[in-house]
Amino acid sequence: MPAYLFWPFALLMLVFGAAVVINRNPVASALSLVVSFLGLAALFMSLDAYFVGIIQVLVYAGAVMVLFLFIIMLLDLRVEKLRKINWVATTGGAVVALALLIQIFYVVGNFKAASQPFPPLTRSTIDDVHNIGSLLFSSYNLPFQVIGVLVLVATIGVVVLSKRELR
Amino acid sequence: MVTLGDYLLVSGMLFTIGFAGVMVRRNIVIILMSLELMLNAANLSLVAFSRYHVQPGGLPNYSAQIFVFFIITVAAAEVAVGLAIIVALYRARQTTHVEDINSLKF
Repeated sequence: MPAYLFWPFALLMLVFGAAVVINRNPVASALSLVVSFLGLAALFMSLDAYFVGIIQVLVYAGAVMVLFLFIIMLLDLRVEKLRKINWVATTGGAVVALALLIQIFYVVGNFKAASQPFPPLTRSTIDDVHNIGSLLFSSYNLPFQVIGVLVLVATIGVVVLSKRELR
Repeated sequence: MVTLGDYLLVSGMLFTIGFAGVMVRRNIVIILMSLELMLNAANLSLVAFSRYHVQPGGLPNYSAQIFVFFIITVAAAEVAVGLAIIVALYRARQTTHVEDINSLKF
């Protein structure tokens, strides 16, 4: 992907990411989240990580977004009533987030490798599903099985939590 | 020319947006969405480092991308469990506003 496409997609991701936080309507927030993740998937593609980009679209824009919208509509969340804004908490949160951002800029600014361009790849990564798959089933076989158990536990947990009567 | 630092800065900005969302917003569903933003910001920096560390064979370092794969799996499981907890909470208290949920036992 050409380099000049980096900033449009980065800007798209950040603007819609901010829209998730700013919007008062939960449905608008969920849809902004999807656009933000699509921009992120484009950035993954620009880093020659095609598999991760596709997975991002499938899992987030597909599954997670549907789950969020389903819950929002199940709970029938409307636009929030304007409550009295807790200014102390809001200002405190904004100040802490700003301090974190300044810290990140400072650290990246002092990081020597950060100012160098990416070294060129000598082989195409268009078949990176094959490469990731063979690494996943050889070197990372145990973590892969652990993650399978985690998904099973999450499934059982969701079924138990969704029962009508919790004891 | 786009450098590694640009990706890290964009990732840091996305993380900050998610962090501010968790700190400022009071709707528990939005807080969960902001958590997703933070997880994905971490994924972006991992993939940027994967591309930066080109292996001797001329391919990126795939270990970071496998790590991203695991993070996406964990995030999906986390969303499922988190939303189930929100539904259970909503049945009990009819609210998704964190300031209405301030006692451990009721």
